[in-house]
Order: sequence, then C-alpha cells, then structure tokens
Amino acid sequence: MSVRIYVPIDSSALSLGAEQVARAIRHEAAVRDVAVDIVRNGSRGLFWLEPLVEVDTPQGRIAYGPVQAEDVAGLFDAGFHQGAAHSLCHGPTAQIPFLARQERLTFARVGITDPLSLDDYLAHGGFEGLKRAIAMAPAEVVKEVTDSGLRGRGGAAFPTGIKWKTVLDTPAAQKYVACNADEGDSGTFSDRMLMEGDPYCLIEGMAIAGLATGATQGYIYVRSEYPHAFRTLQAAIERARAAGWLGASVAGCGRAFDIDVRLGAGAYICGEETSMLESLEGKRGVVRAKPPLPAVSGLFGQPTVINNVMTLASVPIILARGATFYRDYGLGRSRGTLPFQLAGNLRHTGLVEKAFGVTLRELLEDYGGGSFSGKPLRTAQVGGPLGAYVPASQFDVALDYEQYAAMGAMVGHGGIVAFDDTVDMAKMARHAMAFCAVESCGKCTPCRIGSVRGVEVIDRIIAGEERGRNIALLNSLCDTMLAGSLCAMGGMTPYPVQSALKHFPEDFGIDKTAAA
Amino acid sequence: MTKETPSAAGLAALIAAHRDLPGATLPMLHAIQDAYGYVPDEALPMIASALNLSRAEVQGVVSFYHHFRRTPPGRHVVQVCRAESCLAMGAEVLEAHVKAKLGVDFHETTADGAVTLEPVYCLGNCACSPAMRIDDDILGRMNGRRFDAVLHELQQTEGASA
Repeated sequence: MSVRIYVPIDSSALSLGAEQVARAIRHEAAVRDVAVDIVRNGSRGLFWLEPLVEVDTPQGRIAYGPVQAEDVAGLFDAGFHQGAAHSLCHGPTAQIPFLARQERLTFARVGITDPLSLDDYLAHGGFEGLKRAIAMAPAEVVKEVTDSGLRGRGGAAFPTGIKWKTVLDTPAAQKYVACNADEGDSGTFSDRMLMEGDPYCLIEGMAIAGLATGATQGYIYVRSEYPHAFRTLQAAIERARAAGWLGASVAGCGRAFDIDVRLGAGAYICGEETSMLESLEGKRGVVRAKPPLPAVSGLFGQPTVINNVMTLASVPIILARGATFYRDYGLGRSRGTLPFQLAGNLRHTGLVEKAFGVTLRELLEDYGGGSFSGKPLRTAQVGGPLGAYVPASQFDVALDYEQYAAMGAMVGHGGIVAFDDTVDMAKMARHAMAFCAVESCGKCTPCRIGSVRGVEVIDRIIAGEERGRNIALLNSLCDTMLAGSLCAMGGMTPYPVQSALKHFPEDFGIDKTAAA
Repeated sequence: MTKETPSAAGLAALIAAHRDLPGATLPMLHAIQDAYGYVPDEALPMIASALNLSRAEVQGVVSFYHHFRRTPPGRHVVQVCRAESCLAMGAEVLEAHVKAKLGVDFHETTADGAVTLEPVYCLGNCACSPAMRIDDDILGRMNGRRFDAVLHELQQTEGASA
C-alpha cells in the first residue's frame, strides 16, 4: 500500500519551495523504501503554512507546514507518512480553524483534488451543473443564475443573469463567452488559485454560459504574470476536449462549445472588459465607449458574455444545487459567498471564502491573526489598487456591496491588503496616482492627464507647498476623474487617494482637529 | 535562458503558425518574444504584412503592452513587485537592495549582460509578499538575504554552463 502525499503545485506554494519539497519527499521515500504516491494538488489557501504537505491517513488528511526540503528527512524519521506527530504537524487539515470556519462553495475542490484529474473532478461533484444545464432550456438556465442572485465577482457586481439574458435575447450567428482572468489587482489571487487548483470548474462554468446564451466559442484571457495558470488551463482544456466535455457536441448534447486560452501582456487596463476585448482582437488595450454593451456588440462585434473567473466558477454549483441553495448565503442584495483574499501585513494570509456579511475585523483578526509585524493594524485597502483605504474605525461594517458603497468604498474582487501603523498614507495616495499614470490606456483626458497632475499635486502637499490650496486642488481633480473618466481606472483612482486623505489627514501634514 | 538569434526564416515560421488565429497579434508577439527574448525590428513589417495591418498599427500594439521588449534583455530577467501588498511587507527595502546589489535601476541590464531588472505590478503572490519573479520562477517572502542566495545560485549555474 503506497502512502498518498499531497504537495501543492500552486504558484505561491512553488514560490516558497514546494517543488524542492516534492523532490525531497520522492528522494527520501526511495532511500527508505517507502512507497509513496505524490499528488500535486492546488493550495488550501493557508499560505502562512505553505508549502503545506498533507498525508492521507485513515483519520483523514494530516497537515504539515511550512515544510522546507531540509525538513523532509526529519519528517520521515518522525513517521509523518503515517500521520505521526512532529513540530510542523497541524493535525487534520479540515479541522484547522482558518479552514473549518469557511463556507467554501466556489472553492469546494481547490486543494483537495488533483487539478488535472477528470476522475477526481467527477468524484467530487464535477460536471453535475453542466449535466443539469444540458437538460434545461437556455432561458431556464439563465433564470436559475438570475434567481441565485449571483453578481459579477470581478468588481462591478452587475447581476450575472441579466447580462446572460441580454446575450441570449440578441440574435447573432456567432456569440462568445469571454472569461476575464486578467487578475491585476494587488492583493488578489483567487482567480489564479482556482485556475491552478480546479481548472475544470471554470471550464464547466463557461460551458454552462455558452449553452445558456447560445455562444459556441469561449476565450480565457489570462495575464502574462500567471505562467502556471496559463499552462494548467491549456492542459485542462485539452483533456476536457478529449473526454468530450468540450467540442462540437458538449457531453453528447448536440450543441457545441469550445475554449481557447489567450495570454495578456502586462497591461492592468486589460482587466477592464472592453479593453480586454480590444486586446483579444489583437489591438492596443484601449477602452471602448459604452454603449453598445458587450452583451450586444462585444468580441469581434458579436454578443459576448464577459465574466470574471470567480463569477463563472460559481455557476456550476448554482446549477448543481439550485438557485435557492446559493441564495441562502449572504445578506441584502449580496447573495452567495465571496472568496476573500487576505494579503499584505498579516500573520495568516490566505483565501477565506465566506458568505457576504462577514466584517473586515473578523477577516483581519480572527482569520488573519492580526499584523505580521506585531504592530497595530492601521488600515486595509479593500478591492484592489482602485479600492478605498478602510480605517480601523470602519472594520466592523459588514462586507456587502451596498454597505461598502455607502461608505465610499468597494468590495470589488475581494482582495484585502492590510497595513500596520508604519504605513505612510500620503505615499500610498501618491502611489495610487502614479499607478494610474503608468497603466492608463490614454483614451480619456481625466485619467491620462489627471493621474500625472495628481502625482504632482500630492508631491506639493507632501513638500508642504501651499498645502490648503493644493488639497482643494487635489479634491477638485479627484472629482473630475471620478465623474469624467471613461472607465473605472480613472474613475476609481480617487477612491484610495481621497480615503487616505479623509481618514489619515495627519499623514499629509494636516492638523487632524482642523481637517474636519 | 539562452535564446536564439532572430532570423527571417524563424520569424516567418512563427508568424505563419499563428496568422490564422482570430486576433492573432498578441499570440504572434508572444511566440516571437518567447523564442528570442524580445520583438526585433524586422518582425514588425512581417507581422503587418501577414495580418494586413499597417506597420504603425503593429508598432502601436507592441508599445502598448509592458510585457513586450524591443531590445534583447539580459540572460535573466528579475522583476520586483511594487504593488500595495508587497509595499505593506517591505518591498521598497527589497527594491533598494536589489538595485544596489545589481548596480542597475529599473529597465536596465547589468554590464555583464546577465540580469535585466524590471518593476512589476502584482504577481498574484500577495499572500507571500514581498514577491519577485526571476525568469519564469515566482518567489515569495523575499528579503535581501534570500535574493543574494538566489542570485548566487544563478551565477553558479551560469559559471558551470559557460
């Protein structure tokens, strides 16, 4: 009987030496004549424990981490291949509190299965949603997604079912599904984890979208910073096609759907949906004016479903378990779960999938374990580089699209970057403007010029030149960008800038008491 | 990481392999850069002619994307992340260390042609900040000491293969 040992192949695990660990385990096992079956799984999302090695035992999977190659001999000495105690042992993986208290719907399989094994996928409920969708009329599938309350997980939170209905109702000879996997937001990595850890889930979601709207061709636009995800998707698509889950007749239903993966080229703006379409068409990633909506005239001028990876990967479980099952999670108009990503200065960084309604304090303290540095947490940026800096006084607001919008912030793609009290918020505000200046597509003036002027004005404020006048000027500039930009790039860069200014005026040299 | 020297025949083959794809420009440019490490000048008119575009249009696409290079990089490319999560974990200190160690600024190559240094905004390794990428390897929880060790290893392998 060989022992099954799991060593993640996730990019982050690899970045910490998982490959060397896998090699060391293979080597030690051979030397000691222990039969091992090493499975390269996705990550469980407990990144402070990565590389997290798991051993299959009669008591379930036992976790060891963070394991380095030089720990492996000692682990064998202790008998870890039988699940024995060791200073790196954390007991049964499923009982680690960080994981045990989550509500994993979209991430149900990530870290558990072999990402490229179709047998594993099927054994863990894979393709149940697609099979059910095949038996339904397209309009019924769209209705199921609408009823689930699923909203776009890329950040804009537009109701997915309504978007799909527009594509379904727009007659065309060719329609497309374009998956936005240009996950450029700092502090986010859920798309990457899913593409590397459970690629068939995304493939299934796209196939369902195709059948529901009459689209026969899908594209996944992956950023070039994700070489591992790109290769995993290519391999998974090939296998899914060979097994008949993609192609001229999806699972033998007589209707066609296929997928091609495309690589971006290091442009943050290509995460904006119309810019992504331009890029897929082989052009500069310049934002398009809307209307027409991409759902009516999108890729190559045809009706196109554009959804983020998380949105599409949430669809299989909605179809498999029904709209009501999914809808029962969450609160208000934010239904279901969101895979939050804990990053930056935290002890326990990682992926936490929870129903909407969890608070930042729970995520940062209960899950995140407080700051990595041990200093007090001062702020967290929520929703990527265009998201607001949330001060500690607002850590108890429920994470819900509407409640966050009401306080001038956004949930976005669920990325959370924590900062301790050494952060200089004037510098972070400047960084937001400088980032916009580097990444602006250049089409509209508020974004292209505004960001450059923004850096200059913040520099003058930091230098103490006519501070009052320059702050008024910065606020006016932010208003122009917010109201006058063509897309969220220029339109939301003011969020981090103005939230920093509002909540941390002392960092800009403003007397806190006078600022109010 | 030794790349081939561009040749007209090689470029023509790469272009021909991708010209029939819908939206072929990016896949073509990727194939060329993967083969040669950059997009050479002579590729532009060839791509333009294959895709029925003007040279200016192709130039516009190449120059839009940060990923595409117009000159050969060093034998290794080091990217240091400058995004928020890494900033929260000391990326500025790491950046200063890397620049001092290599003796170059961003977008420059060391005098011996070994390393090109570039900034990057997010490698999706934010749970293990600060992050960097060396060629196709992404590295997490970096610090000056770890960088020096990795660099030393690179130099050793280079020395061994030279």
